[in-house]
Formats: sequence, C-alpha cells, structure tokens
Amino acid sequence: MSCWQTIQDYGLRSIGYGERLLPKTDITLCEQATLIGSGMLWNIYFGILSLFFGFFLACTLALGKNSANAWLRRPSAWFIFLFRGSPLFIQFFFAYFAFLALKKMGIVTWLTSAQAGALLVLILNTAAYSAEIFYGALQALPKGEMEAADAYGFGGWKKFKRIVWPTMLRLAWPGYTNEAIFLMHATALVFFSGFPAWQQRGDALYYANYFADKTFNPFVPYPILAGYFVLLTLVVIGLFGLVNRRLNRHLPNTERQPMKFKLNLIR
Amino acid sequence: MFEYCADPATLEGFQWLTCYLTTGKHMNLYWSILTVLALLLITAPTALAFGFAGATAARSQLLPVRWLGKGYVAIVRGVPDIAFFLFFVVALDQGFEWLRHQAFCPDWTAAIRQGNDFVVCKEAKLPLSSSPQWIHEVYGFFLAVVTFAIVYGAFAANVLLGAMRAVPHAQMETAEAYGMSRRQSFWRILVPQMWLYALPGLSNLWVLLIKATPLLFLLGVEDLVYWARELGGTKTARFSAYPHGDWRMWYFFGLLVFYLAFTHLSEKVLARINQRLLRGQATVGATAGGAS
Repeated sequence: MSCWQTIQDYGLRSIGYGERLLPKTDITLCEQATLIGSGMLWNIYFGILSLFFGFFLACTLALGKNSANAWLRRPSAWFIFLFRGSPLFIQFFFAYFAFLALKKMGIVTWLTSAQAGALLVLILNTAAYSAEIFYGALQALPKGEMEAADAYGFGGWKKFKRIVWPTMLRLAWPGYTNEAIFLMHATALVFFSGFPAWQQRGDALYYANYFADKTFNPFVPYPILAGYFVLLTLVVIGLFGLVNRRLNRHLPNTERQPMKFKLNLIR
Repeated sequence: MFEYCADPATLEGFQWLTCYLTTGKHMNLYWSILTVLALLLITAPTALAFGFAGATAARSQLLPVRWLGKGYVAIVRGVPDIAFFLFFVVALDQGFEWLRHQAFCPDWTAAIRQGNDFVVCKEAKLPLSSSPQWIHEVYGFFLAVVTFAIVYGAFAANVLLGAMRAVPHAQMETAEAYGMSRRQSFWRILVPQMWLYALPGLSNLWVLLIKATPLLFLLGVEDLVYWARELGGTKTARFSAYPHGDWRMWYFFGLLVFYLAFTHLSEKVLARINQRLLRGQATVGATAGGAS
C-alpha cells in the first residue's frame, strides 16, 4: 500500500472519515505519521476554540479583578485562584465526573463528550491564566498615558476601548503568547483524563500512545508527535509575533518590546 | 479502625462516614499522599541538579556541549510534558534492559526488536521476574522520578540560565581583576549570587511541579488519582460493606481542594523566603518591603 493511499485512508480518521479499523500489524512509518497528524486536528480544534473564547472571558475577568467593586473583584479573583492553583489534570477528571452526574440527572447530556466538555474546561482554564497575565498588564499601565487620556476628555467606554485595552494587550502580549503555547500543549491531556475517545477518534497523543503500545517501540511515534508539536509551536509564535508587531506599530523602533520567548518558559 | 465499625450496616450518618473514611483502602489513599510528597522531595533536588548541569552546559565554551545544553531546553519547551512522561517511562525501561542485555548476555544472537516485541534475555529483565512486589513498585517510582527530573530539569536549566545572566557583570569583572580563574569566579561569585535571581523562577517551578504530580497516575504509580478512581467508583452491597453510588466526582473534588491548599501554602512560604533573601540587597523589592 502506497503512502498516498494511507493518507487518503487515515488522513481524516480522527474526525470519522476514511478507514474505520486502525492498523494493527505491520505498522509502517507512513501510517504512524498520518494518523498522528490526523489527531493533531483535534489539538488544533481545542487550541483555537479555547483561545478564542478564553480571550474574551480573560479580558472580563482581568477587568473584574482590577475593579474597585468588591462584588466584581472577589469572584474574579477566586475564579482565577481556583483554576490556576489546581492541576488541569484534576480539573478534567472532576469536570468529567461532574458532567457524568449531570447526565444521569438528565440535564445537559452533551457535556460528557470530550469535544464539548473538555473544551469548556480548557476555556475556563486558559481564561484564568490569561486573566492573571492581563491583570498584571492592567497594573503596569503607564500612569502618564491614563492622565493624558483624561486630559483629552476620554472617559468610560471610549477610554477603555482606545487607550486601556490596546495598551494592556501590548504589555501582556509576550506573556500571552507563552500561555497560548502552553494551552496547545495542554490539549494533549484531554484523552488521558477521563474523557473517552469515541470510536477511537482521539488527538495526536492518543494515536502516538496507541502506536507505542502496539509496536512496543516508543522511539518512532513520540518523536513524530514531538515534530508536529514543535511545528505547531513555531506557527503559534509566528502568528502571535505578527499581532505583536501590529500592537507595537506606533512605537519608535528602539522602544518596541522584543518578544522574549526564551525567558518565560513557565506559565 | 474504631470499635463501633464492626458492623457497618447498622451505622448512620457521621459515624458511618468516620468508619467509611478509615477503611483499609482509604488508608492506602492517605499513604499515597506520602508517595506524592516523596516524589516531590526527591524530584526537586534531582531536577535542580539536572537544571544546573543543563545551564552550565548551555554556557560552556565548547560548541558541542553548548548545543547539547541549549537543545535540551529547547526541545522540552516545544513538546507537551505529558508526551515526555509517556515516552520516557518506556524508553528508559527499554534503555536499561538493553544495557543489561549487552552486559549479561553477550552470546545472545537473536535480535532484540522482533517485529512488535522487545525481547531481552531473562537475566536482563528489570526488575527480575523473581523479585518481590515491592521491588517492582520501587522501580516504577524510580522511573517516574527520573522522568520528572529530566522534564523539570529543562525548566530549571532555563531559570538558572536566566539567573546566571542576571548577576551583575561588574561582579564577574571584579573577580577577574582579582586574578580569579574562570572556574574560581564561577563557583565563588556567580553561583552564590545567582540564587537570588533564580528564586522567583524556581518558586514558580515548584508550584508547577506540584501541579504535575497527578500525572504520576499515567506512569503506573498508585497515586492519589488512582485511588480516587478506585474508591469513588460504584460499590454494590455484595462486594463492599460500605455500598455507595458513583462518588468519583466528590473524590476528585477532594483532590482539587487538596492541591489548591498545597499550592497556596507553598506560595505563601516561598514568598516569605524570597523576602528573607532580598534583605540587604539594593533592589526595589528589598526597600519597598511587603511587595513581592
């Protein structure tokens, strides 16, 4: 069987198209690369959707934590503490069993699937981490700029939209890029934490683990997986770098914030 | 545990709960907290040693060594840590067995990789099939420690590298002016000075390490997650004196609270240590007092 044929058979296996049975014997390199790549579709799905929804939730939470009103500040701070202080792995487990209990009661039955339930957990998790980054940026807003905005008669929503929000994003962006990379990596946890893979439609790590179990040789599937993830990381850095350039476009060259990727390895 | 626990079927409410939470299996759950703590206490210094080696390698004057150090840090950054955990446990095991195979059975002619099997001679098996159960468990735990140390060592290497760069250059120049060799100035000036700059990063890493301990479950160690799943599952009256429905949600809620308290406490203690170290340093943090 040629490699092209394998790609046609298994290229979209993770979302349910093509050959139904996974290869069991005489597993070729091409089959491994194709299926693991197919699984990456789910990692990208979880990554993009949770980044998108998490971003707006994070902005809201950061404003809430920065608010002078205790009724807004306390719940936001607690939400952030809750999701940043506990392991994502345990959050997945707890959420899965909680959704299972809800299903038994007959409410929101669709949350037990990974595609919806795990996505929800990832959104809340990344929102908490990003909110902390945005909150830090809000605290670091230059006082002079805010006073200048007041002097020009900016206020309320207009001040937020034109002055506070863009500056906050500009300051937070390097840290936020780091968070995005971590989120992409966190998507690999989904199918190892309670959420079942329906009809063996899993993510990249699910297939890599499948091959490592079947061939008892971890030295092929995991490096393939690593290659895909390094590629994905580079794409994220590239795209976020473009946004960073746009956010900093009004600054003279010398004052631009270089993206310090090396230093913030830890979120 | 308690005397009134002899016949659980007759118990009610709070008494039932105290008996239920002190059954032998629950004792295993509490012991597994010690497993987690032991892992943390062994892994943290080991990872720090790996990190120190990595950071020193990345600063080396020899190009291949420098590449090795930088490559180590870069690869761990690009790939999810869980992939490393799943990879290293099997890879290390096979690596050790392969080494022992070469040492103990030199006259073995058959290939080690036969299709989908990994075959080494009986003497090279780790642990030996004749060894008792606790050796198997300790070996599994040992593999977990090494895996954690390799992954978090890369994180630590990154922190230490940044800290080494943050030591004021003038101090190194002064050391040189006093006639210290490269090695002397490294050990006498750079290493003692870098901890102050490394501490915020290392504190962060400690919390990260705590939050990674549930992944032990994936490495086959009987940790908190394992027992929470075991004990929380539905128990019928036929197999258990304490029948209950699916309580896994509550067990994981308990774990959530445990980890929240643990990370919170750690952050409090580390912030205090940081304040202590900042004393007498000419930095904003030291003069401003409380802020950290």
